[in-house]
Amino acid sequence: MPLKKLLLPLLTTIFMLSSAVTYAGDSLRVGVEGAYPPFSWKEADGTLKGFDIDFAHEVCKRLNKECVLVEQEWDGMIPALLARKFDTIIASMSITEERKKKVDFTVKYYNTPAMLVAKKNPGFDDTADGLKYKRVGVQRATTHQCSAEKLYPDAEIVLYATQEEVWQDLSTGRLDAQLSDSLQALEGFLKLDAGKGFDFLGGAIDDPQCQGIGAGFAVRKKDTTLRDALSKAIGDIRADGTYKTLNDKYFEIDVYGS
Amino acid sequence: MANTSERTFWDYLADVSENHSPIDFVLIADHLDKFLYGTLVTLEITVLSLLIGGVLAIPLAIARAQRQRGLNGAILSFTYFFRGTPLLVQTYLFYYGLAQFEFIRESFLWAPILSKAWWCALIAFTLNTAAYTTEFLRGAIENTPRGEIEAARACGMSRLTLLWRIILPSAFRRALPAYSNEVIFMLHSSVVLSTITIQDILGVGRWLNGRYYLAYEGFITAMIFYMILVFIISRGFRWWENRWLAHLRPRPLLSTQ
Repeated sequence: MPLKKLLLPLLTTIFMLSSAVTYAGDSLRVGVEGAYPPFSWKEADGTLKGFDIDFAHEVCKRLNKECVLVEQEWDGMIPALLARKFDTIIASMSITEERKKKVDFTVKYYNTPAMLVAKKNPGFDDTADGLKYKRVGVQRATTHQCSAEKLYPDAEIVLYATQEEVWQDLSTGRLDAQLSDSLQALEGFLKLDAGKGFDFLGGAIDDPQCQGIGAGFAVRKKDTTLRDALSKAIGDIRADGTYKTLNDKYFEIDVYGS
Repeated sequence: MANTSERTFWDYLADVSENHSPIDFVLIADHLDKFLYGTLVTLEITVLSLLIGGVLAIPLAIARAQRQRGLNGAILSFTYFFRGTPLLVQTYLFYYGLAQFEFIRESFLWAPILSKAWWCALIAFTLNTAAYTTEFLRGAIENTPRGEIEAARACGMSRLTLLWRIILPSAFRRALPAYSNEVIFMLHSSVVLSTITIQDILGVGRWLNGRYYLAYEGFITAMIFYMILVFIISRGFRWWENRWLAHLRPRPLLSTQ
Protein backbone atom coordinates (compact mmCIF):
# COMPACT_ATOMS: atom_id res chain seq x y z
CA MET A 1 0.00 0.00 0.00
CA PRO A 2 2.40 2.74 1.12
CA LEU A 3 4.61 2.51 -1.90
CA LYS A 4 1.90 3.46 -4.36
CA LYS A 5 0.65 6.25 -2.14
CA LEU A 6 4.15 7.62 -1.94
CA LEU A 7 4.71 7.54 -5.64
CA LEU A 8 2.52 10.45 -6.66
CA PRO A 9 3.79 13.02 -4.14
CA LEU A 10 7.31 11.85 -4.87
CA LEU A 11 6.94 12.37 -8.59
CA THR A 12 5.28 15.71 -8.02
CA THR A 13 8.15 16.83 -5.82
CA ILE A 14 10.73 15.72 -8.32
CA PHE A 15 8.86 17.51 -11.08
CA MET A 16 8.58 20.70 -9.06
CA LEU A 17 12.24 20.61 -8.09
CA SER A 18 13.40 20.05 -11.61
CA SER A 19 11.19 22.81 -12.97
CA ALA A 20 12.48 25.12 -10.26
CA VAL A 21 15.96 24.49 -11.58
CA THR A 22 15.14 24.98 -15.24
CA TYR A 23 12.97 28.05 -14.77
CA ALA A 24 15.16 29.95 -12.38
CA GLY A 25 13.77 33.12 -13.91
CA ASP A 26 16.03 35.85 -15.14
CA SER A 27 19.14 34.78 -13.32
CA LEU A 28 22.82 34.65 -14.09
CA ARG A 29 24.57 31.55 -12.78
CA VAL A 30 28.13 32.45 -11.84
CA GLY A 31 30.85 29.91 -11.19
CA VAL A 32 33.05 30.96 -8.25
CA GLU A 33 35.79 29.22 -6.30
CA GLY A 34 35.62 30.28 -2.65
CA ALA A 35 39.16 29.26 -1.65
CA TYR A 36 41.19 32.22 -2.89
CA PRO A 37 41.16 35.10 -0.41
CA PRO A 38 40.84 38.05 -0.72
CA PHE A 39 39.26 37.47 -4.14
CA SER A 40 36.87 34.84 -2.93
CA TRP A 41 36.54 32.92 0.30
CA LYS A 42 33.91 31.21 2.37
CA GLU A 43 32.86 32.41 5.80
CA ALA A 44 32.23 29.90 8.59
CA ASP A 45 28.47 30.25 8.02
CA GLY A 46 28.89 29.30 4.35
CA THR A 47 28.45 32.72 2.76
CA LEU A 48 30.86 33.67 0.02
CA LYS A 49 32.86 36.88 0.32
CA GLY A 50 35.60 38.68 -1.59
CA PHE A 51 36.49 40.92 -4.50
CA ASP A 52 35.31 38.41 -7.13
CA ILE A 53 32.04 37.88 -5.28
CA ASP A 54 31.35 41.61 -4.90
CA PHE A 55 32.21 42.08 -8.55
CA ALA A 56 29.80 39.31 -9.53
CA HIS A 57 26.95 40.90 -7.56
CA GLU A 58 27.67 44.33 -9.08
CA VAL A 59 27.69 42.91 -12.60
CA CYS A 60 24.43 41.02 -12.04
CA LYS A 61 22.83 44.22 -10.77
CA ARG A 62 23.83 46.05 -13.92
CA LEU A 63 22.53 43.27 -16.16
CA ASN A 64 19.28 43.29 -14.16
CA LYS A 65 19.68 39.65 -13.29
CA GLU A 66 19.53 37.69 -10.12
CA CYS A 67 22.97 36.31 -9.18
CA VAL A 68 23.14 32.58 -8.49
CA LEU A 69 26.61 31.79 -7.21
CA VAL A 70 27.72 28.23 -7.94
CA GLU A 71 30.77 26.95 -6.10
CA GLN A 72 33.15 24.86 -8.17
CA GLU A 73 36.54 23.31 -7.52
CA TRP A 74 39.16 25.14 -9.50
CA ASP A 75 40.46 22.34 -11.72
CA GLY A 76 36.93 21.57 -12.92
CA MET A 77 36.00 25.18 -13.59
CA ILE A 78 36.17 25.26 -17.40
CA PRO A 79 34.68 21.77 -17.86
CA ALA A 80 31.78 22.81 -15.59
CA LEU A 81 31.16 25.96 -17.63
CA LEU A 82 31.09 23.87 -20.81
CA ALA A 83 28.73 21.42 -19.13
CA ARG A 84 26.34 24.34 -18.43
CA LYS A 85 26.55 24.14 -14.66
CA PHE A 86 26.77 27.93 -14.82
CA ASP A 87 26.90 30.65 -17.47
CA THR A 88 30.05 32.55 -16.61
CA ILE A 89 33.16 32.17 -14.47
CA ILE A 90 34.06 35.05 -12.17
CA ALA A 91 37.00 33.56 -10.32
CA SER A 92 40.18 35.50 -11.06
CA MET A 93 40.71 33.48 -14.22
CA SER A 94 43.54 34.78 -16.39
CA ILE A 95 42.86 35.29 -20.08
CA THR A 96 45.32 32.98 -21.88
CA GLU A 97 45.62 31.57 -25.38
CA GLU A 98 45.40 27.99 -24.08
CA ARG A 99 42.09 28.69 -22.33
CA LYS A 100 40.75 30.65 -25.32
CA LYS A 101 40.78 27.37 -27.24
CA LYS A 102 37.99 26.21 -24.93
CA VAL A 103 36.12 29.36 -23.83
CA ASP A 104 35.64 33.05 -24.59
CA PHE A 105 36.66 35.88 -22.30
CA THR A 106 35.37 39.35 -21.52
CA VAL A 107 37.79 42.25 -21.21
CA LYS A 108 40.02 42.04 -18.13
CA TYR A 109 38.71 43.22 -14.78
CA TYR A 110 42.06 43.19 -13.02
CA ASN A 111 45.67 42.35 -13.72
CA THR A 112 48.30 41.67 -11.11
CA PRO A 113 51.62 39.94 -11.70
CA ALA A 114 52.61 36.46 -10.54
CA MET A 115 55.54 36.14 -8.14
CA LEU A 116 57.44 33.47 -6.26
CA VAL A 117 57.20 33.29 -2.48
CA ALA A 118 59.81 31.60 -0.30
CA LYS A 119 61.38 31.88 3.14
CA LYS A 120 63.23 35.16 3.74
CA ASN A 121 66.84 34.74 2.58
CA PRO A 122 66.23 31.21 1.28
CA GLY A 123 69.76 30.70 0.01
CA PHE A 124 68.71 30.35 -3.63
CA ASP A 125 67.51 32.80 -6.28
CA ASP A 126 64.54 32.89 -8.62
CA THR A 127 66.34 31.62 -11.73
CA ALA A 128 65.87 28.20 -13.27
CA ASP A 129 69.29 27.32 -11.92
CA GLY A 130 68.53 28.54 -8.41
CA LEU A 131 65.36 26.48 -8.27
CA LYS A 132 67.00 23.32 -9.56
CA TYR A 133 65.89 20.31 -7.46
CA LYS A 134 63.76 22.62 -5.30
CA ARG A 135 60.15 21.81 -4.50
CA VAL A 136 57.93 24.50 -6.03
CA GLY A 137 54.21 24.39 -5.25
CA VAL A 138 51.45 25.61 -7.59
CA GLN A 139 47.71 25.25 -7.77
CA ARG A 140 46.65 22.74 -10.42
CA ALA A 141 45.19 24.05 -13.72
CA THR A 142 46.41 27.60 -13.15
CA THR A 143 48.58 29.86 -15.26
CA HIS A 144 51.18 29.32 -12.54
CA GLN A 145 51.33 25.59 -13.24
CA CYS A 146 52.01 26.50 -16.87
CA SER A 147 54.71 29.05 -15.97
CA ALA A 148 56.40 26.91 -13.33
CA GLU A 149 56.68 23.87 -15.62
CA LYS A 150 58.11 26.09 -18.34
CA LEU A 151 60.44 28.40 -16.38
CA TYR A 152 61.81 25.92 -13.84
CA PRO A 153 62.26 22.69 -15.80
CA ASP A 154 64.60 21.17 -13.22
CA ALA A 155 62.49 21.98 -10.18
CA GLU A 156 60.07 19.49 -8.68
CA ILE A 157 56.66 21.04 -9.42
CA VAL A 158 54.15 20.00 -6.74
CA LEU A 159 50.46 20.32 -7.65
CA TYR A 160 47.63 21.21 -5.27
CA ALA A 161 43.86 21.41 -5.67
CA THR A 162 43.54 24.76 -3.86
CA GLN A 163 45.87 27.68 -3.23
CA GLU A 164 45.18 27.34 0.51
CA GLU A 165 46.82 23.90 0.51
CA VAL A 166 49.87 25.43 -1.19
CA TRP A 167 50.20 27.97 1.62
CA GLN A 168 49.76 25.26 4.21
CA ASP A 169 52.62 23.19 2.83
CA LEU A 170 54.84 26.23 2.26
CA SER A 171 54.43 27.32 5.87
CA THR A 172 55.26 23.86 7.24
CA GLY A 173 58.41 23.72 5.12
CA ARG A 174 57.32 20.96 2.75
CA LEU A 175 57.83 23.35 -0.16
CA ASP A 176 60.90 25.45 -0.87
CA ALA A 177 58.93 28.02 -2.86
CA GLN A 178 55.58 28.57 -4.53
CA LEU A 179 54.35 30.54 -7.51
CA SER A 180 51.04 32.43 -7.47
CA ASP A 181 49.38 35.79 -7.92
CA SER A 182 51.38 38.39 -6.00
CA LEU A 183 48.36 40.18 -4.60
CA GLN A 184 46.73 36.98 -3.41
CA ALA A 185 50.07 36.03 -1.86
CA LEU A 186 50.30 39.35 -0.05
CA GLU A 187 46.73 39.46 1.26
CA GLY A 188 46.09 35.75 1.63
CA PHE A 189 49.40 34.70 3.18
CA LEU A 190 52.25 37.15 3.75
CA LYS A 191 50.16 39.53 5.86
CA LEU A 192 48.87 36.70 8.05
CA ASP A 193 50.57 35.01 11.00
CA ALA A 194 51.28 31.91 8.95
CA GLY A 195 53.23 34.04 6.47
CA LYS A 196 55.72 35.41 8.98
CA GLY A 197 59.27 34.77 7.91
CA PHE A 198 58.26 34.49 4.24
CA ASP A 199 58.71 37.01 1.45
CA PHE A 200 58.56 37.43 -2.32
CA LEU A 201 61.48 35.90 -4.18
CA GLY A 202 62.64 37.86 -7.21
CA GLY A 203 60.41 40.11 -9.31
CA ALA A 204 57.23 39.75 -11.31
CA ILE A 205 57.12 36.71 -13.59
CA ASP A 206 57.58 37.72 -17.22
CA ASP A 207 55.73 35.00 -19.12
CA PRO A 208 52.84 36.46 -21.14
CA GLN A 209 52.33 33.16 -22.98
CA CYS A 210 51.34 31.35 -19.81
CA GLN A 211 50.21 34.25 -17.64
CA GLY A 212 47.97 35.94 -20.20
CA ILE A 213 46.72 39.50 -20.10
CA GLY A 214 44.88 39.80 -16.82
CA ALA A 215 41.81 38.18 -15.36
CA GLY A 216 38.45 38.18 -17.15
CA PHE A 217 35.09 36.45 -16.96
CA ALA A 218 34.88 33.29 -19.04
CA VAL A 219 31.77 32.37 -21.06
CA ARG A 220 30.95 29.58 -23.50
CA LYS A 221 32.05 30.38 -27.06
CA LYS A 222 28.50 30.68 -28.40
CA ASP A 223 27.37 33.17 -25.75
CA THR A 224 28.68 36.27 -27.49
CA THR A 225 25.73 38.43 -26.37
CA LEU A 226 26.42 37.59 -22.74
CA ARG A 227 30.15 38.14 -23.25
CA ASP A 228 29.60 41.60 -24.70
CA ALA A 229 27.09 42.56 -22.02
CA LEU A 230 29.56 41.47 -19.32
CA SER A 231 32.43 43.36 -21.00
CA LYS A 232 30.29 46.49 -21.14
CA ALA A 233 29.39 46.12 -17.46
CA ILE A 234 33.08 45.84 -16.54
CA GLY A 235 33.83 48.97 -18.58
CA ASP A 236 31.01 50.88 -16.88
CA ILE A 237 32.08 49.76 -13.42
CA ARG A 238 35.60 50.95 -14.13
CA ALA A 239 34.43 54.26 -15.65
CA ASP A 240 31.87 55.42 -13.10
CA GLY A 241 34.04 54.98 -10.03
CA THR A 242 32.32 51.86 -8.62
CA TYR A 243 35.54 50.00 -9.34
CA LYS A 244 37.46 52.19 -6.92
CA THR A 245 34.96 51.48 -4.14
CA LEU A 246 35.20 47.72 -4.71
CA ASN A 247 38.98 47.91 -5.07
CA ASP A 248 39.60 49.98 -1.94
CA LYS A 249 37.51 47.64 0.18
CA TYR A 250 40.19 44.98 -0.29
CA PHE A 251 43.40 46.47 -1.63
CA GLU A 252 45.75 49.37 -1.04
CA ILE A 253 46.80 49.54 -4.69
CA ASP A 254 44.70 49.78 -7.84
CA VAL A 255 44.54 46.18 -9.08
CA TYR A 256 43.22 47.08 -12.54
CA GLY A 257 46.81 47.24 -13.75
CA SER A 258 48.14 48.78 -16.90
CA MET B 1 52.37 4.76 -54.69
CA ALA B 2 50.81 2.77 -51.94
CA ASN B 3 53.34 4.19 -49.54
CA THR B 4 52.60 7.85 -50.16
CA SER B 5 48.83 7.56 -49.96
CA GLU B 6 48.88 5.38 -46.89
CA ARG B 7 48.27 7.20 -43.67
CA THR B 8 50.18 6.19 -40.63
CA PHE B 9 48.35 5.21 -37.46
CA TRP B 10 49.32 8.53 -35.88
CA ASP B 11 47.85 10.59 -38.73
CA TYR B 12 44.68 8.60 -38.36
CA LEU B 13 44.59 9.15 -34.59
CA ALA B 14 45.15 12.89 -35.02
CA ASP B 15 42.37 13.09 -37.58
CA VAL B 16 39.89 11.20 -35.38
CA SER B 17 40.81 13.31 -32.35
CA GLU B 18 40.37 16.57 -34.17
CA ASN B 19 37.32 15.92 -36.27
CA HIS B 20 35.28 13.01 -35.01
CA SER B 21 35.78 12.49 -31.32
CA PRO B 22 35.12 14.43 -28.12
CA ILE B 23 38.27 12.84 -26.71
CA ASP B 24 41.73 14.01 -27.69
CA PHE B 25 43.59 10.74 -28.22
CA VAL B 26 46.79 12.41 -29.38
CA LEU B 27 47.15 14.30 -26.11
CA ILE B 28 46.72 11.04 -24.19
CA ALA B 29 49.18 9.19 -26.41
CA ASP B 30 51.73 11.97 -25.97
CA HIS B 31 51.64 11.59 -22.20
CA LEU B 32 51.40 7.81 -21.87
CA ASP B 33 54.90 7.73 -20.37
CA LYS B 34 53.67 9.89 -17.50
CA PHE B 35 50.77 7.51 -16.92
CA LEU B 36 53.16 4.56 -16.87
CA TYR B 37 55.29 6.35 -14.32
CA GLY B 38 52.15 7.09 -12.30
CA THR B 39 51.32 3.38 -12.43
CA LEU B 40 54.69 2.61 -10.85
CA VAL B 41 54.00 5.13 -8.07
CA THR B 42 50.54 3.67 -7.44
CA LEU B 43 51.85 0.10 -7.40
CA GLU B 44 54.83 0.95 -5.23
CA ILE B 45 52.79 2.36 -2.36
CA THR B 46 49.93 -0.11 -2.73
CA VAL B 47 52.19 -3.17 -2.78
CA LEU B 48 54.45 -1.95 0.03
CA SER B 49 51.54 -1.09 2.30
CA LEU B 50 49.88 -4.45 1.59
CA LEU B 51 53.11 -6.31 2.38
CA ILE B 52 53.90 -4.47 5.60
CA GLY B 53 50.26 -4.32 6.65
CA GLY B 54 49.85 -8.03 5.95
CA VAL B 55 52.86 -8.97 8.04
CA LEU B 56 51.62 -6.75 10.89
CA ALA B 57 48.18 -8.31 10.68
CA ILE B 58 49.33 -11.90 11.34
CA PRO B 59 50.36 -11.52 15.02
CA LEU B 60 47.47 -9.11 15.62
CA ALA B 61 44.97 -11.62 14.21
CA ILE B 62 46.41 -14.44 16.32
CA ALA B 63 46.21 -12.33 19.47
CA ARG B 64 42.63 -11.39 18.65
CA ALA B 65 41.61 -14.96 17.90
CA GLN B 66 43.10 -16.23 21.14
CA ARG B 67 41.51 -13.38 23.11
CA GLN B 68 44.85 -12.39 24.64
CA ARG B 69 44.08 -10.48 27.81
CA GLY B 70 44.92 -6.78 27.48
CA LEU B 71 46.09 -7.06 23.89
CA ASN B 72 42.69 -7.98 22.53
CA GLY B 73 41.02 -4.73 23.60
CA ALA B 74 43.85 -2.58 22.28
CA ILE B 75 43.89 -4.34 18.91
CA LEU B 76 40.11 -4.14 18.68
CA SER B 77 40.22 -0.36 19.20
CA PHE B 78 42.91 -0.10 16.54
CA THR B 79 40.97 -2.08 13.94
CA TYR B 80 37.71 -0.38 14.92
CA PHE B 81 39.22 3.06 14.38
CA PHE B 82 40.88 2.29 11.06
CA ARG B 83 37.93 0.33 9.67
CA GLY B 84 35.41 2.84 10.92
CA THR B 85 36.87 5.97 9.35
CA PRO B 86 37.52 6.80 5.69
CA LEU B 87 41.05 6.31 4.38
CA LEU B 88 40.99 9.84 2.95
CA VAL B 89 40.49 11.32 6.41
CA GLN B 90 43.20 9.09 7.88
CA THR B 91 45.65 10.18 5.19
CA TYR B 92 44.79 13.87 5.71
CA LEU B 93 45.33 13.36 9.42
CA PHE B 94 48.86 12.10 8.82
CA TYR B 95 49.72 14.60 6.08
CA TYR B 96 48.03 17.89 7.02
CA GLY B 97 47.06 17.15 10.64
CA LEU B 98 50.43 16.17 12.10
CA ALA B 99 52.14 19.09 10.34
CA GLN B 100 50.14 21.55 12.46
CA PHE B 101 52.06 20.67 15.61
CA GLU B 102 55.28 22.54 16.28
CA PHE B 103 56.84 19.69 18.27
CA ILE B 104 56.29 17.28 15.39
CA ARG B 105 57.85 19.67 12.91
CA GLU B 106 60.86 19.92 15.19
CA SER B 107 61.14 16.23 15.97
CA PHE B 108 63.75 14.03 14.31
CA LEU B 109 60.97 12.24 12.40
CA TRP B 110 59.89 15.35 10.50
CA ALA B 111 62.64 15.86 7.93
CA PRO B 112 63.17 12.27 6.80
CA ILE B 113 59.61 10.93 7.14
CA LEU B 114 56.64 13.01 8.21
CA SER B 115 57.38 15.95 5.92
CA LYS B 116 57.19 13.63 2.92
CA ALA B 117 53.82 12.91 1.37
CA TRP B 118 55.09 9.48 0.30
CA TRP B 119 55.79 8.35 3.86
CA CYS B 120 52.57 9.81 5.28
CA ALA B 121 50.63 7.88 2.65
CA LEU B 122 52.56 4.67 3.28
CA ILE B 123 51.92 4.86 7.04
CA ALA B 124 48.21 5.59 6.67
CA PHE B 125 47.71 2.92 4.00
CA THR B 126 49.69 0.31 5.95
CA LEU B 127 47.72 0.82 9.15
CA ASN B 128 44.45 0.82 7.22
CA THR B 129 45.09 -2.43 5.40
CA ALA B 130 46.55 -4.00 8.56
CA ALA B 131 43.25 -3.29 10.35
CA TYR B 132 41.10 -4.91 7.66
CA THR B 133 43.43 -7.89 7.20
CA THR B 134 43.59 -8.48 10.97
CA GLU B 135 39.83 -8.82 11.21
CA PHE B 136 39.21 -11.24 8.38
CA LEU B 137 42.28 -13.26 9.25
CA ARG B 138 40.96 -13.51 12.82
CA GLY B 139 37.66 -14.77 11.40
CA ALA B 140 39.48 -17.40 9.35
CA ILE B 141 41.55 -18.54 12.36
CA GLU B 142 38.46 -18.84 14.57
CA ASN B 143 36.69 -20.88 11.93
CA THR B 144 39.37 -23.53 11.69
CA PRO B 145 37.51 -26.87 11.72
CA ARG B 146 37.75 -28.41 15.19
CA GLY B 147 38.64 -31.78 13.71
CA GLU B 148 41.90 -30.42 12.26
CA ILE B 149 42.94 -29.09 15.66
CA GLU B 150 41.95 -32.26 17.52
CA ALA B 151 43.85 -34.40 15.06
CA ALA B 152 46.95 -32.24 15.48
CA ARG B 153 46.66 -32.43 19.27
CA ALA B 154 46.28 -36.17 19.08
CA CYS B 155 49.57 -36.28 17.18
CA GLY B 156 51.15 -34.51 20.13
CA MET B 157 51.84 -31.14 18.54
CA SER B 158 52.79 -28.27 20.81
CA ARG B 159 50.70 -25.08 20.68
CA LEU B 160 53.27 -23.31 18.53
CA THR B 161 53.65 -26.17 16.09
CA LEU B 162 49.87 -26.44 15.93
CA LEU B 163 49.64 -22.75 15.06
CA TRP B 164 52.44 -22.84 12.55
CA ARG B 165 51.73 -26.17 10.84
CA ILE B 166 47.95 -26.42 11.00
CA ILE B 167 45.98 -23.31 11.95
CA LEU B 168 47.79 -20.59 9.99
CA PRO B 169 48.20 -22.42 6.67
CA SER B 170 44.57 -23.47 6.81
CA ALA B 171 43.41 -19.96 7.75
CA PHE B 172 45.49 -18.34 5.01
CA ARG B 173 43.89 -20.55 2.41
CA ARG B 174 40.39 -19.76 3.56
CA ALA B 175 41.16 -16.03 3.85
CA LEU B 176 42.50 -15.85 0.32
CA PRO B 177 39.26 -14.85 -1.46
CA ALA B 178 38.66 -12.08 1.11
CA TYR B 179 42.25 -10.97 0.71
CA SER B 180 41.92 -10.59 -3.06
CA ASN B 181 39.07 -8.16 -2.38
CA GLU B 182 41.25 -6.26 0.07
CA VAL B 183 44.03 -5.96 -2.52
CA ILE B 184 41.63 -4.56 -5.11
CA PHE B 185 40.06 -2.23 -2.54
CA MET B 186 43.51 -0.93 -1.63
CA LEU B 187 44.31 -0.30 -5.27
CA HIS B 188 41.06 1.64 -5.66
CA SER B 189 41.65 3.55 -2.43
CA SER B 190 45.13 4.51 -3.54
CA VAL B 191 43.58 7.37 -5.55
CA VAL B 192 43.76 9.21 -2.22
CA LEU B 193 47.45 9.68 -3.09
CA SER B 194 46.61 12.32 -5.67
CA THR B 195 44.99 14.51 -2.99
CA ILE B 196 48.26 14.83 -1.10
CA THR B 197 50.36 15.89 -4.09
CA ILE B 198 51.61 12.44 -5.14
CA GLN B 199 51.59 11.86 -8.90
CA ASP B 200 49.92 8.46 -8.96
CA ILE B 201 47.75 7.32 -11.89
CA LEU B 202 44.89 9.64 -10.98
CA GLY B 203 47.38 12.39 -10.12
CA VAL B 204 48.75 12.23 -13.66
CA GLY B 205 45.18 12.25 -15.01
CA ARG B 206 44.38 15.36 -13.02
CA TRP B 207 47.66 16.93 -14.13
CA LEU B 208 46.72 16.32 -17.77
CA ASN B 209 43.23 17.75 -17.24
CA GLY B 210 44.70 20.76 -15.46
CA ARG B 211 47.41 21.41 -17.98
CA TYR B 212 45.08 21.42 -20.98
CA TYR B 213 41.78 22.38 -19.27
CA LEU B 214 40.14 19.09 -20.19
CA ALA B 215 37.12 17.50 -18.57
CA TYR B 216 37.65 13.77 -18.86
CA GLU B 217 40.62 12.69 -20.99
CA GLY B 218 42.79 12.34 -17.88
CA PHE B 219 40.10 10.52 -15.92
CA ILE B 220 39.25 8.07 -18.69
CA THR B 221 42.89 7.20 -19.23
CA ALA B 222 43.38 6.73 -15.48
CA MET B 223 40.28 4.53 -15.40
CA ILE B 224 41.63 2.26 -18.12
CA PHE B 225 44.92 1.91 -16.28
CA TYR B 226 43.12 0.93 -13.06
CA MET B 227 40.96 -1.55 -14.95
CA ILE B 228 44.00 -3.24 -16.46
CA LEU B 229 45.63 -3.50 -13.02
CA VAL B 230 42.48 -4.94 -11.44
CA PHE B 231 42.19 -7.45 -14.29
CA ILE B 232 45.76 -8.64 -13.72
CA ILE B 233 45.30 -8.84 -9.95
CA SER B 234 42.04 -10.77 -10.08
CA ARG B 235 43.50 -13.18 -12.64
CA GLY B 236 46.51 -13.70 -10.39
CA PHE B 237 44.36 -14.45 -7.38
CA ARG B 238 42.16 -16.85 -9.31
CA TRP B 239 45.22 -18.82 -10.33
CA TRP B 240 46.44 -18.77 -6.75
CA GLU B 241 43.09 -19.88 -5.38
CA ASN B 242 42.97 -22.74 -7.86
CA ARG B 243 46.29 -23.98 -6.54
CA TRP B 244 45.76 -23.38 -2.86
CA LEU B 245 42.10 -24.14 -2.48
CA ALA B 246 42.05 -27.17 -4.75
CA HIS B 247 41.23 -29.41 -1.78
CA LEU B 248 38.03 -27.43 -1.10
CA ARG B 249 36.59 -27.85 -4.57
CA PRO B 250 33.69 -30.26 -4.84
CA ARG B 251 35.06 -33.55 -6.03
CA PRO B 252 33.43 -35.66 -8.70
CA LEU B 253 31.60 -38.57 -7.14
CA LEU B 254 33.13 -41.92 -7.80
CA SER B 255 30.39 -44.03 -9.12
CA THR B 256 30.37 -47.70 -9.83
CA GLN B 257 28.62 -48.77 -12.91
